[in-house]
Amino acid sequence: MMGDFLMPSLGADMDSGTVLEWRVRPGDTVHRGDIVAVVDTDKSTIDVEVFEDGVITELLVEPGTEVPVGTVLAHIGAASGASVAAPSGPEAPAAAEAAPPAATTAAPAGRARRRPAHAEAAPARRRAPAAKRAHRPTAHVRASPLARVLAAERGLALEEIAGSGPGGAVIAADVDRAGAPAPTAARGRTGGGSAAAPRPVAPPAPGPSPPPAAPRGDRRESLRRAIAALMARSKREIPHYYVATTIDLSTTMAWLRSTNEGRPPAERLLPAALLLKASARAAREVPALNGFWDEDDGFRPSDPVHLGVAVSLRGGGLVAPAIHHADRLTLVALMGALRDVVSRARSGRLRSSEMADPTITVTNLGEQGADEVHGVIYPPQVALVGFGRIAERPWAQGGMLGVRPTVRATVAADHRASDGLVGARFLAALDRLLQNPEEL
Amino acid sequence: MTPDDARALLARLLRGIAPEIDLDEIDPATPLPEAAELDSMDFLNLVNALYDETGIDVPEHDYPRIATIDGFVAYVAAASPTEARRAT
Repeated sequence: MMGDFLMPSLGADMDSGTVLEWRVRPGDTVHRGDIVAVVDTDKSTIDVEVFEDGVITELLVEPGTEVPVGTVLAHIGAASGASVAAPSGPEAPAAAEAAPPAATTAAPAGRARRRPAHAEAAPARRRAPAAKRAHRPTAHVRASPLARVLAAERGLALEEIAGSGPGGAVIAADVDRAGAPAPTAARGRTGGGSAAAPRPVAPPAPGPSPPPAAPRGDRRESLRRAIAALMARSKREIPHYYVATTIDLSTTMAWLRSTNEGRPPAERLLPAALLLKASARAAREVPALNGFWDEDDGFRPSDPVHLGVAVSLRGGGLVAPAIHHADRLTLVALMGALRDVVSRARSGRLRSSEMADPTITVTNLGEQGADEVHGVIYPPQVALVGFGRIAERPWAQGGMLGVRPTVRATVAADHRASDGLVGARFLAALDRLLQNPEEL
Repeated sequence: MTPDDARALLARLLRGIAPEIDLDEIDPATPLPEAAELDSMDFLNLVNALYDETGIDVPEHDYPRIATIDGFVAYVAAASPTEARRAT
């Protein structure tokens, strides 16, 4: 079995990435989750993980090359005892050659074939010409953000998927249909009903050496541009609604204080760990805020809660990598994960899975002194939770006025996916969870 | 530890946390979180690094006392004779 290792989509706003470095060589055995390459994007340097087990048979992209999302970066062979064994099937060696473009048009038959549904297995459908074509950084596939996420998760190349959306765009349903690996299915896009105008496909790049990548330029600038594009899109496409509440944190903070007392610094918890854990569990309780919006298919809830955490970077900008399964981590583990992800975000070493798949994001702007924050949702997510500054404030209860540490919690949510009541339920759950910190 | 040593220690610890910070450019009486944009995670990392390096364990309720350069220097200079020895 042959698999392709593709340039992943690390967020809805990523179109291309530059391979900085290979961490593997042909012949190396890799396992799901191993870091195989370092890729530079507008936002950050990312350690890219592989999604399958196998043996690297070939590296196709030279370090320094910028390629579009979905480009085949390497071939991965089955992890059998046969090891590196030069794949003698019709596929592998061909990939090295510059096969004639005609090869890709032989596909319509393949399209009709029903694919075996093995979810995580090696996507085996890419062929050489496609790989060569993909070396061209200009190639751009119209696709919905959710489709990009799903395709990246499954290791599918967008340009190999027949798009049935507006203008031939690839939508989530197309990715589902493409499912697991299949022979060069993609050419169907131009023949597929709705897509009237065949997308002008540039001729394959002549040789194996791709055009030199455009210099990334200043990271701060490119990060700013990436944020600008994504946030503009969010405000253009997502009808946000906002709900807010003030949460009494006296129990929470007292518990935190006594918990940290006597713990060495390395084991102390920050209030943020409790806020994040409570958010993740509230997202589990209110699944209508945890998932993705797709233009065509509507809301797709996510079973796991991968909590995006907005991390501001020194010198400006922010990234929002995911803490995976945050609702299932203990507070200590979540604190460790937070410490780890913040440090790597700031030193520019995030992992691909962290960038690709947050299902809901939290921003904790209170750190910088703001009393409350009304967030802008990261598409294709449908909600963003915001926490303001924890401070002592007047608090009325039982006819008495007192002073308590409180926090202003907000939810910005996508009104296409849910209504204000859902946001309110989320805040109520958040409040309840934070009142029982020992159970978080 | 002398105040100069304590200041040098702070500069070194901060290099590992927020490399762009130049202590000479920061008002020694302004809390580091606002003067140097340290967030609570950075601050905890500073406390942790201080503990790892010197054995000085700053409890949470003392965080405000080490939040400025002056405060940090005074606290560490005063604490080190006993605290550091206790830790070794």
